[in-house]
Amino acid sequence: MKSFSCVINDPLGIHARPAGKLAKAAKDFPASTITITKGDKSAAANQLIKLMGMGVKQNEKVTVTVDGGDEDAALAAMKAFFVENFSAECE
Amino acid sequence: MISIQGKGVSTGVAIGPLYIYRRAKSTIRRYKVEDKEIEWARFKAAQMKAIEQLGLLAEKARAEAGDDAAFLFETHQMMAEDVDYEEAIQSGIKEDGLNAEAVVTDVGAQFAEMFANMDDAYMSARAADVKDVSGRIINILSGVVQGGIDSDVPVILASDDLAPSETVQLDKSKILGFITAGGSGSSHTAILARTMGIPAIIGVGDQVKEEHEGREVIVDGGTGNIVIDPDPDTREYMIQKRKEQLRKLELLNQLKSLPNITKDGQEIRVYCNIGNPEDVHAVLANDGGGIGLFRSEFLYLNCDDYPTEEYQFEAYKQVLSDMDGKEVVIRTCDIGADKMIDYFELPKEDNPALGNRALRICLNRPEMFKTQLRALYRASAFGKLSIMFPMVTSVWEVKEAKKLCEQVKAELTAEGKPYSDEVDIGIMIETPAAAVISDRLAKVVDFFSIGTNDLTQYTLACDRQNNDLGRFFNAHHPAVLRLIKMVCENAHKEGCWCGICGELGADLELTETFLSIGLDELSVSPRSVLPLRQKVRETTVSEVRDKLLDDLMSDMVTI
Repeated sequence: MKSFSCVINDPLGIHARPAGKLAKAAKDFPASTITITKGDKSAAANQLIKLMGMGVKQNEKVTVTVDGGDEDAALAAMKAFFVENFSAECE
Repeated sequence: MISIQGKGVSTGVAIGPLYIYRRAKSTIRRYKVEDKEIEWARFKAAQMKAIEQLGLLAEKARAEAGDDAAFLFETHQMMAEDVDYEEAIQSGIKEDGLNAEAVVTDVGAQFAEMFANMDDAYMSARAADVKDVSGRIINILSGVVQGGIDSDVPVILASDDLAPSETVQLDKSKILGFITAGGSGSSHTAILARTMGIPAIIGVGDQVKEEHEGREVIVDGGTGNIVIDPDPDTREYMIQKRKEQLRKLELLNQLKSLPNITKDGQEIRVYCNIGNPEDVHAVLANDGGGIGLFRSEFLYLNCDDYPTEEYQFEAYKQVLSDMDGKEVVIRTCDIGADKMIDYFELPKEDNPALGNRALRICLNRPEMFKTQLRALYRASAFGKLSIMFPMVTSVWEVKEAKKLCEQVKAELTAEGKPYSDEVDIGIMIETPAAAVISDRLAKVVDFFSIGTNDLTQYTLACDRQNNDLGRFFNAHHPAVLRLIKMVCENAHKEGCWCGICGELGADLELTETFLSIGLDELSVSPRSVLPLRQKVRETTVSEVRDKLLDDLMSDMVTI
């Protein structure tokens, strides 16, 4: 299991468009479970409604966890995805 | 004539008969099913069908309104097959044994409520999406076909609230305007209406009634005003307004994205003057290259006490992010003279225009000034900010103001709050004193913006509100134009840019003169951007420069 944290810089936070793209992007890594956590709330990358329901806003920090067979590749891809789609600053 | 006020969310004027949109109502029956597996299969089939319909709608929206509109339906598709949504429905059917229509209704309402309760306007508006998706599945399950517009002529469509999919499904050639009872400015209906250029007014409540159907109605999406059965004068006025808008639209389409460049290749920046964060829409719609004057007074005028740093920060940040990297010049507090505020507790003056106002108040009340500067610098991290001080007469004032800027930056650094290092500092040139010592002032700033309204009234000693002065007040007075020329030359000697942010900037009779003088920027009201661009593009500066400048500087008496 591997993870990274990042601060969401998109003014709308985690909104429908990138959340939808995220669900699609996660399909490239069928062997891994990808989870997004904020505080005590979490959602899998393919749980669109739940993820939006977390209400992640601009400047809030989330942790992305990947667990499974292709986790190294998934981790790298997710990092790139968050930077590109949420203007995120990742650690 | 009946006049109704709503909230305009998509500009434009439309005139036509009122048509009330009626939904085919399906009553949801609720019952226990005999075979849960068959019921589940019924849901799965309806879900598949919904996803297929949404795919077609996405393509229709893409063709009509572009990728952004199409994405809405792709989101709906994803919601329809969302794992949690599906799981909740599965449990309702397979565990509780309820019929699919009832379960989808319940689950849809439950998910919509979750969104509606979120403390975020964008997310609350997503409740409509979940309801829309659920409604679609229910209609498929119960075989209901949604009603369109049953009219031969184009209409103004009134409804309680249009679901996004309803908006796209409607035959747009039949719609002149939208009126909805509820809704929000960030709803998809508002966004789609704007994208498609159809006037829309929301939030009219129950003021539009069944009995108004078929009667002539005018909607003005700019003001949010609706008139039913207009009287002849109103009708004529609105028809003229509509013509004017269509003419402007045509001009816009011809000139949009073209540079402000003369025939012989001299370029000038055309920016906008605004007084509210909401005015940014007008700036972008008119293709303004930036904001040359954002009057920060509204923040002070809207409050009963000094506006907080946070309140100001949010407003500045909004404008900077909305302008997306284009330059935004924000003028610091310009209270005093004709703009008085109770909580400032300014003593009454016999001559407020020559009194305690603008930068003078700010320098005398550094704590208040620093609150604004802190908000400005914090907002600078979100775009290209320039700060401008009004009502300068001496170099020391600028130095003192800049010192406060440095203090604020040091504070923010110590607090670990981000700000941009590339904030330009400029001043308004609106007093004869500032114009005359502009050679010295240019050494301590990055730019000048000439406030021609005040500069003219101070130079000519004419109160611009005083209509009796008539022929003594001449906006084209050579004294003012010579000052503008001198200020611009002094700016350029020190590598500063120089613009105009007064009403004179939009005066097309002077455009050739301003180009000849070599001004770098004109900041005008958003609606003046395109006429000005047109004028610039028609001009050949090299043909007129010598004559215009000779006339301006000559000792021959012309006026």
